Amino acid sequence: MDLKEKLLSSFIAFEQRVDTDSQLHDIRTEALKVFEAKGFPTKKEEAWKYTSLNAVLNNEFSIFPKNDEAIEFKEVKKYFLNDVDTYKLVFINGVFSSHLSSTTHDGLDVCLMSSALTKPKYKMIIDTYFNQISDKNDSLTNLNTAYAYEGAFINIPKSTVVAKPIEIVYLTHHDQPVFVQPRNLVIVGENAHVQILERHQSLTSAPVLTNSVTEIFAQKRAIVDYYKLQNDVQTANLVDNTYAAQKQESRVLVHTFSFGGNITRNNLNFHHQGERIDSTLKGITLIGDKQHVDHYTLVDHAQPNCESHQNYKGIYDDRSTGVFNGKIYVEKIAQKTDAFQQNNNILLSDKATLNTKPQLEIFADDVKCSHGCTIGQLDESAMFYMQQRGIPKKEARALLMYAFTDEVLSSVTIPDLKNKLSRVIATKLGVNMGFEI
Amino acid sequence: MQPVTKAMLKVGCSNFQMTQLIMLSIKNLHASVEDKEILKGINLEVKPGEIHAIMGPNGAGKSTLSSVIAGNENFEVTEGSVSLDGEDLSELSPEERAHHGIFLSFQYPVEIPGVSVTNFMKTAINESRKARGLEDMPANEMLKLIKEKAELLEIDRKFLSRSLNEGFSGGEKKRNEIFQMAMLDPKVAILDETDSGLDIDALRIVANGVNKLKSDKNAVVVITHYQRLLEYIVPDFVHVLMDGKIVKSGTKELALELEEKGYDWIKAELA
Repeated sequence: MDLKEKLLSSFIAFEQRVDTDSQLHDIRTEALKVFEAKGFPTKKEEAWKYTSLNAVLNNEFSIFPKNDEAIEFKEVKKYFLNDVDTYKLVFINGVFSSHLSSTTHDGLDVCLMSSALTKPKYKMIIDTYFNQISDKNDSLTNLNTAYAYEGAFINIPKSTVVAKPIEIVYLTHHDQPVFVQPRNLVIVGENAHVQILERHQSLTSAPVLTNSVTEIFAQKRAIVDYYKLQNDVQTANLVDNTYAAQKQESRVLVHTFSFGGNITRNNLNFHHQGERIDSTLKGITLIGDKQHVDHYTLVDHAQPNCESHQNYKGIYDDRSTGVFNGKIYVEKIAQKTDAFQQNNNILLSDKATLNTKPQLEIFADDVKCSHGCTIGQLDESAMFYMQQRGIPKKEARALLMYAFTDEVLSSVTIPDLKNKLSRVIATKLGVNMGFEI
Repeated sequence: MQPVTKAMLKVGCSNFQMTQLIMLSIKNLHASVEDKEILKGINLEVKPGEIHAIMGPNGAGKSTLSSVIAGNENFEVTEGSVSLDGEDLSELSPEERAHHGIFLSFQYPVEIPGVSVTNFMKTAINESRKARGLEDMPANEMLKLIKEKAELLEIDRKFLSRSLNEGFSGGEKKRNEIFQMAMLDPKVAILDETDSGLDIDALRIVANGVNKLKSDKNAVVVITHYQRLLEYIVPDFVHVLMDGKIVKSGTKELALELEEKGYDWIKAELA
C-alpha cells in the first residue's frame, strides 16, 4: 500500500482518538478530501519542479509511531541551548515528552496543541485562529490539517515580553521509517515579544518524513523572532509549511538554517493585514553529499507602507542541489511597499546544482522592489589578500565562506544560538575556530 | 706573510657583509598578465634598513610589480627572478612568501565581513607559525602583542573587534594594513599606493606607523604616484618606473624633481 492510500485508510483509526462531533473535525474531514484529490506533489507541478518526494515516499512509513522511548535529557542535551534558560516543548515521534519539556501557563501559554484542540478554555482561540491562514489549496498542508493532533501551542498575551526563548524540538527515535505531522500554532498579542527556536532531530537512522504546519499570528506591534534549525541526519526529510499573518506595525523574522537532512522543503508564507509591517525572511543553506534544500517563499504585500527583507545565502558542495523560489506579490493598494530580496549562492563543486527564481508580481505603482540572485565562486581578490597574509588557500576559502554567511548570522538575537550556529558553520567549512567569535 | 691589519679586516668584513646584505633582489624581472607584458626587465636590490620608493605614471607597472613580488598567480613571470635573503621565490605560493617575510600593504584592502581584525590576525599569525612547525601562539601572548601594536599605532581597541575592513574609511583601511604589518613583522614590506585616498592627517598617522616599525633588520618599498608620502616616509633611494622598466634611480631629491617637473621631463631626458 502506498503512503497516500495508507493515510486515507488510516483516517478511520485516527477518528477513534478524537472528538468527531466538532467543528474541528469538520475542518479535518474537508482537508482530507483535498489531499485525496491532489495527492502528494510531483514534479509536474510548477511549485515542485525541482523537488521530488518520490524516492522518500517509497518507504514503508509507520504513521502512528509510539513514544515508548525512555530518552534521558543528557542524551539529547546537545540539541538544546545550554547557556540560557528556555521553555521547552519536546516531542518524541510526535508524542509529547513531559520529562524533557518545560511548559508553562504562568502569564503565557507554552503548551500542547492536543490540549488546545480539546480543552474548552481554548475553544475560542482555536475557532478564531486554527487553520485560518494556511493555504487551503496546498495538498500537504491539508494532509497535516486532516491529521492535526499534536504540536506546539504558544499564546502570548498583550504586552508580554517573554523573558526566555521557547525551544520546540521534535525528536524521532524508531527502528522503522516514521511519518510525523506536527502542527504548531503561535499567537503573539499586541506589543508582545517572543523568541522561538524550532528543530527536528532524528536519533536513529531509519528514514523520517516530517510534514509540519506552523501558523503564526502577530498582532499589532508584536515582535516574533523565529529560528528554524535544520541540522538533522541524512535519512530525515522535512516539509515545513509556515504561515505568518501580521497586523499593523508588527515585526516577524524567520531565520532558517538548513545544514542537514536528505530532502528539506521550506514553504514560508507571509501575509500583511495592516500597515507599517516589517517581514524578514533569512536563511543559510550549507549542504553537500546528495542533500537537497528547497526554499519556497511568498510575501504578500496586501497593504500599503510595509517592508519585507529576504536574504538567503547558500553554499553547495559535492552533488548537493538547491532551490530558491522567492515570490513577492504587491497588491494594487499596497503603495509605498519596500520589498527587498537577495539570494546569493556559492557552488563548491561542478556537480552541485542550484535553481534560483525570483518572482515579482507588482500591481501598485509607487513601490520599491529589488531582487538579486547570484551564483558564483569565491572572490579571487579576497583569496589573494588572505594568502598574502599567510593564510593558505584552503583556510582562506573556508574563512571567506564563513564571512559569506555573516550577513544572515549577524541578525540572530539569541547569543547562545548565534555561537552554536557559528561553530556548526565553522566546523562544516573547516574553519579553525581556535579563537572566540 | 703580511700581517692582517685592522683596516684590512674592516674592508674584508664589509665586503662580506655587502654581498650577504641584500634582502630583496629582483633580477631582470619580466612579467605578463593575459599575455600582455607589463614588466620588461626590472632590476632592484634592497638591503635591510633601507627605504626604497618606486614612482611612476599610471600604467607603468607599479601595482604589477607589487603583485608579482607577493606571488599573485594572475601574473606570469616570463623571465628573471625575485629573491628574498638569497632564496628564489618563484616556486613559492603567496602564503609561503608571506611566511618567508614578504608583506604587501594593498592599495584596495579587501572587506571580509564576519571576521574581526583580531581574529584575522590570530589566524594569519598561527598559520605562519604552523608553517614553521610551531604551536599556536598562547592566548595571553597574542593579547599582549595585539595591545602593544595597537598602542604603537594609536589604534582604539574597539576598532579591532570590527569586521575586517567592513565600513572602514580609506584612512582606517590603510591604518589597519599597517597594524597588520606591525603584527606580522615582515622582512620586506611593500606599500602599494598607501597614500591614495588619504587626507593629510591619515597620511601622517600611516607614515608614523611605518617609521616606528622600521629597523635595521627590515626594509620597506614604497610604491607611490605622488611625492607627498615621501615627505613623511623619507626614502634612501628613489626609482622611476616607466613602461615596465626602472629608467632612473636617485635619492630623495629625485622625487622632488619629479614633483616639480613631472614624468614628461624624464621621458624627454630618455628620448
